[in-house]
Amino acid sequence: MADFKHDDDSVVVIIGSGAGGGTLANELCQKGIKVVLLEAGARQNQGTFINDEWPSFAQLSWGDTRTTSGTWRVAKDFPNLPAWICKTVGGTTTHWAGASLRIQEHEFHALSTYGAVKDANLLDWPVTLAELEPYYARAEDKMGVTRTHDIPGLPGNNNFKVLYNGAQKLGYTECSTGHMAINSRPRANRASCQQLGFCFQGCKMGAKWSTLYTEIPAAEATGNLDLRPSSQVLHIEHNDKGLVSAVVYADATGQQMRQAARLVAVAGNAIETPRLLLNSSSSRFPQGLGNGAGMVGKHYMRHTTGSVFAEFSEPVHFYRGTIMAGIISDEVKFKPERGFVGGYEMETISLGPSFLGAFFNPGAWGPDFTRVMDQYTHLAGLWIVGEDMPRETNRVTVNGAVKDQFGMPVANVHYDDHPNDLAMREHAFTQGQALYSAVGALKTHRVPPYPSTHNLGTCRMSAKAEDGVCNGHGQSHEVANLFISDGSQFTTSAAENPTLTIVTLAIRQADYIAQEMKEGRV
Amino acid sequence: MSNLTLDRRRFLQGSGGLLLGTLLFTSGPIALMAPSLSWALPMTTLDSDSGDKLLLMVRRTFPHDTMEDAVYAFPVKALDQKASTDPGVADTLRQGVAMLDQKAGGDWRKIDADKQFAILQDIQDTPFFALVRGNAVNTLYSNELAYLHFGYEGASFPKGGYLMRGFNDLSWLPNPPASASPDPFS
Repeated sequence: MADFKHDDDSVVVIIGSGAGGGTLANELCQKGIKVVLLEAGARQNQGTFINDEWPSFAQLSWGDTRTTSGTWRVAKDFPNLPAWICKTVGGTTTHWAGASLRIQEHEFHALSTYGAVKDANLLDWPVTLAELEPYYARAEDKMGVTRTHDIPGLPGNNNFKVLYNGAQKLGYTECSTGHMAINSRPRANRASCQQLGFCFQGCKMGAKWSTLYTEIPAAEATGNLDLRPSSQVLHIEHNDKGLVSAVVYADATGQQMRQAARLVAVAGNAIETPRLLLNSSSSRFPQGLGNGAGMVGKHYMRHTTGSVFAEFSEPVHFYRGTIMAGIISDEVKFKPERGFVGGYEMETISLGPSFLGAFFNPGAWGPDFTRVMDQYTHLAGLWIVGEDMPRETNRVTVNGAVKDQFGMPVANVHYDDHPNDLAMREHAFTQGQALYSAVGALKTHRVPPYPSTHNLGTCRMSAKAEDGVCNGHGQSHEVANLFISDGSQFTTSAAENPTLTIVTLAIRQADYIAQEMKEGRV
Repeated sequence: MSNLTLDRRRFLQGSGGLLLGTLLFTSGPIALMAPSLSWALPMTTLDSDSGDKLLLMVRRTFPHDTMEDAVYAFPVKALDQKASTDPGVADTLRQGVAMLDQKAGGDWRKIDADKQFAILQDIQDTPFFALVRGNAVNTLYSNELAYLHFGYEGASFPKGGYLMRGFNDLSWLPNPPASASPDPFS
């Protein structure tokens, strides 16, 4: 492990070690660039992951206080837990399910394709699918995505069998075990999936791709990576030329340290990244670092989600095996005749009794609730993930009234469903219930969105500086050596799970950063 | 012998009460795994009666007819632990239990289950109910005994995962074709 000095201003500082930060760090290290990778969380490994929902949640999740507002149900049920994401080396790639889908061509042109939508702020991405295709291919190879690069698909579990048969009854033709970053055979020195069923709790086989045991060790092996866990960045500093010069962070003992930087890439996921920029205001950047256009924190998106659970007279044991065991993509296309723009995927999901109790119907109690819990081994489930609308009023701000343990204002997440989101969710719930009814479900249940596992858009890419925060390379419009490297970049949310695209953008951003550094432009 | 008695008395002086129970379903999944049919839960802050009344309250809030009292003891233990570090919680619980008795016109354990449920519906907006319900929904369903009750098989890695333990053993629907769901062992 490299050990760079705090006053070494030739290093690239990356904040966050997940899909974006971890990948960017490795890509830069492979090119010979020195990287200090600051991660707020601790370093776990396959041995320390826990096959038990609440203990694992305590180990991996971001639990530092956040506040919420808006009409979304999460604000009522989980006022201090807007998101279910991670604070650990590897970030949310430790917890994610592995679904690895490319965003569709038309989704990069959301505004041109859908037209302007009232009370939404749609915008075309400043990149196209064609430009990203070579990088998507590299990401799929890096991550070992099934059904790409001659990697066989995964076998489907019981939960998938129910989904597949229901799909057939509804006339759906695009149902399979999908594109997953989970080894179906041993690959890249990692074991194959043993269908543990604890994907969300960190993969103890190492079969599911995570930067924790892929990108980060590979970067360490180059000798160019200085990874500092338990290091929470508090704010970013700039010089009198308006370029970033250092970051201030609290180390494992709580002491404040300053690390000089030639360039800073922020990859704290879509809540902490804008919070950091907003907490880094100065006389030159009174609205926050790189926030001259006022867009930092705005257009927070969480996908149109929800689940459908179904009770059957025969056992399913849906917890056995991969959580996201299969997918239906028939509804992902743009079909405005359904009454909404954008599309959605339907993916299997399973929960243990712990999470089922907490999330099936938050706040519910009594026999109507417990009767469903008692059907536990006879339940099947699917999760909906669809494109939600970017709105300026859905946003991350800093809450001046609530400070964290370091005295920094915490993030507040405000969200109101757009009518398009409601129409899409209603359609998806109806289809999900019909699917399970078609294969004999005794009862079906609509389950509300969980604290958000997909968090996007808060520092969005835009062609014009006044419409967003960064350009097509994630480079701040205002500060040439400041980069956004996580899902905050997403101009629109698209209907696909975001991780593959985050990794793809990071690979491409690394090429760009290396070129810019070589030519002395950053 | 007399020294031992003295020590035990000193130990019991500052501690709370004791919950005791016997497993009812002697061929149920919990009894089959349990080392004995009787169980005990020592508490540090709550007295035995309060612990008992709270256990019943959790059972009425989250009724599972065939779930052993031993499982409901977990939320009571969690509440007892919270009460031992937070005097505010201890007060809320004490006052809440008193409120249950007051609304029952005596010992709340002695009235009908229907009336007990009605009292809970009556108090469901109180901070006391929120504290107990919110704590119980997480602790009741997050322990080995609850997993046995529901038929959930718990930690999977120590047993080698489900690849050889029925991950795809569902037989009441046709199998998907290999194009949708490849054979795991090909």
